[in-house]
Amino acid sequence: MSEVATGELWARLRRTTPARIALGRVGHALPLAEVLDFQLAHARARDAVHAALDTAALEAALAPLPVLHAESDAPDRAAYLRRPDLGRRLSARSAALLAKAAGHCDVVFVIADGLSATGVQAGAAELVQACTAELGDLTIGPIVIARQARVALGDPIGEALGARVCVTIIGERPGLSVHDSLGIYMTFAPRIGRTDAERNCISNIHGAGGLSPEDAARTLGWLLREALRRELSGVALKDDQTPTLPAEDPSRT
Amino acid sequence: MPFTSDLGGERHSFADLKAVLAAASPARSGDELAGIAAASATRRVAARWVLADLPLATFLNEALVPYESDEVTRLIIDSHDAAAFAPIAHLTVGGFRDWLLSEAADEAALAAVARGVTPEMAAAVSKLMRNQDLIAVAKKIRVVTAFRSTIGLPGRLSTRLQPNHPADDPRGIAAAVLDGLLHGVGDAVIGVNPATDSVPAATTLIRMLDELREAYAIPTQTCVLTHVTNALTIMERGAPVDLVFQSVAGSEAANAGFGIDLAVLRDAHAAALGLGRGTVGQNVMYFETGQGSALSANAHHGVDQQTMEARAYAVARAFDPLLVNTVVGFIGPEYLYDGKQIIRAGLEDHFCGKLLGLPMGCDVCYTNHAEADQDDMDSLMTLLTVAGCSFLICVPGSDDVMLSYQSLSNHDALYLRSVMGLRAAPEFEVWLAEAGIAAPDGSLRALADGASPLVRRLAETIS
Repeated sequence: MSEVATGELWARLRRTTPARIALGRVGHALPLAEVLDFQLAHARARDAVHAALDTAALEAALAPLPVLHAESDAPDRAAYLRRPDLGRRLSARSAALLAKAAGHCDVVFVIADGLSATGVQAGAAELVQACTAELGDLTIGPIVIARQARVALGDPIGEALGARVCVTIIGERPGLSVHDSLGIYMTFAPRIGRTDAERNCISNIHGAGGLSPEDAARTLGWLLREALRRELSGVALKDDQTPTLPAEDPSRT
Repeated sequence: MPFTSDLGGERHSFADLKAVLAAASPARSGDELAGIAAASATRRVAARWVLADLPLATFLNEALVPYESDEVTRLIIDSHDAAAFAPIAHLTVGGFRDWLLSEAADEAALAAVARGVTPEMAAAVSKLMRNQDLIAVAKKIRVVTAFRSTIGLPGRLSTRLQPNHPADDPRGIAAAVLDGLLHGVGDAVIGVNPATDSVPAATTLIRMLDELREAYAIPTQTCVLTHVTNALTIMERGAPVDLVFQSVAGSEAANAGFGIDLAVLRDAHAAALGLGRGTVGQNVMYFETGQGSALSANAHHGVDQQTMEARAYAVARAFDPLLVNTVVGFIGPEYLYDGKQIIRAGLEDHFCGKLLGLPMGCDVCYTNHAEADQDDMDSLMTLLTVAGCSFLICVPGSDDVMLSYQSLSNHDALYLRSVMGLRAAPEFEVWLAEAGIAAPDGSLRALADGASPLVRRLAETIS
């Protein structure tokens, strides 16, 4: 096998995955260019973790959908990172505001900054629009933009707004290759105290080889109708076509 | 107050046994989050003096998590081997630390007491041990398991090849498998975390990995890390499952958060054994754990996260696993804040797992919201390998493009085997040579080397 042919073969393989394959070696170590490329990606991911969500711009991108704003009990990014319990609790101010908007609907969408405001800023509006297009026959409540928010913040929000199902779209923890990935967590009958086993997750929604918004919306549409029909979500909603649990160790979410 | 110590006229009291354990733990953010960490550095040492004087048997008489309401506690107490415990029954926790470090505690003695040690004893003694003690004792313990390859033999370091892909693309996964194999990685397992955790998606990947392994006669096992209930369905439908995977935690409530209990693990264990697919052994289970999982499910019962982690090993131990690893830095800075805490936790988890008789490995890893970097991982992987860690997880270029975190790279396995003079599992090592991936002297050929017909065939098939 000639050197050129080998190179072409590996170039083809590299196109099949965003993973860092065929990096070559210097002794047993990575070549320096790969080391520095990795360090750059890590630096960018670190920066994404600490970015703040521009809620006004997101609201504009969602127009004409009605939007409410909420925040968790975590006062800032530093507290958010060390105190996930605060990120799951609705602030008193937000609880009062949402109580005024109480009603009944099939679905509430919560857009949560999570660990990548960068990802939410870039892709959440398009994802919400793809999802609402799939769910045209259902009643959809206001879109809630939540800052310093964890997945479970959707529980008190969905409960306050009288939603049968809460769909939380959240910025996933940035990786090196992808720092703007979104996840969807669906919870039937949202209320404080729901466990992760009671949610269905669709993860890795992004434009760098991940799920497209349209595919994610289709999956959500199927799951959501099943949840409404069977009046449950999570592990018990296992079926042959769709995702059920978060793929990884739940301690990893 | 039964739990007190006097340090030069300064009296420190602790309300109960779990308060002593929590305060004695090396500092970490998860215990601070739970509100149970020592309030000062002095109080931490005071708790260690108290702990040192407690009889080991205390942990048999006083349950940290109630026996009546927790099946993990019942498992620990009901399966305790009193005969195995007898040689150490007279010791305090401090005396146990000294015994573990003594020449009397050799490989045979440590193996003999394993079933007499409870997770709480292991966690307690670890809190009195410095990092070097955790390494020195773990190094003396040998746990050997087998399926198609043998894990844990002297002079060996095995690796899990983790070829994850953000959209579960079979070709992309196969390309990452090839990359790992060419680095001599994959003798513990070729294990994929699926992005989409459904029965059909997992079945597709299981069949693809099995065909690849069969086509090239690779003496290793494959695993798609899907939920155990999915694995049960998949086995019922006749798909080729080698290992059943599940994340496990240290309390019944935390396991309920994972959607599992001991009964479903028993069913899955029996089903996988029934397939009889192992060639050199029949260890068919693969478990992952991690400090903080119980607290994150609000199922920690006021117990510190490292003790809860050790209790997860009792769950794993009940099913004779091939592999167990802590995913140490995955959970994030709210549980392990920085490189120092991750390194300490990795050494604790490896030590406790080995002491309890588990084939303990580690996912040496961190996330982008933790205060850690590759230098910290270099330290932890080197320390764990000195400690005799059974296997480590490797992903191409340290970058898991599906789970969005950093683990070890395939290159790191080469570094560790090289500087420590370690080799892959014997069955796998023979295959590497036959496949032309390793040169006759055992060193690996260059990645772009087309000398091996097998490599070329594999690469062309995938591309």
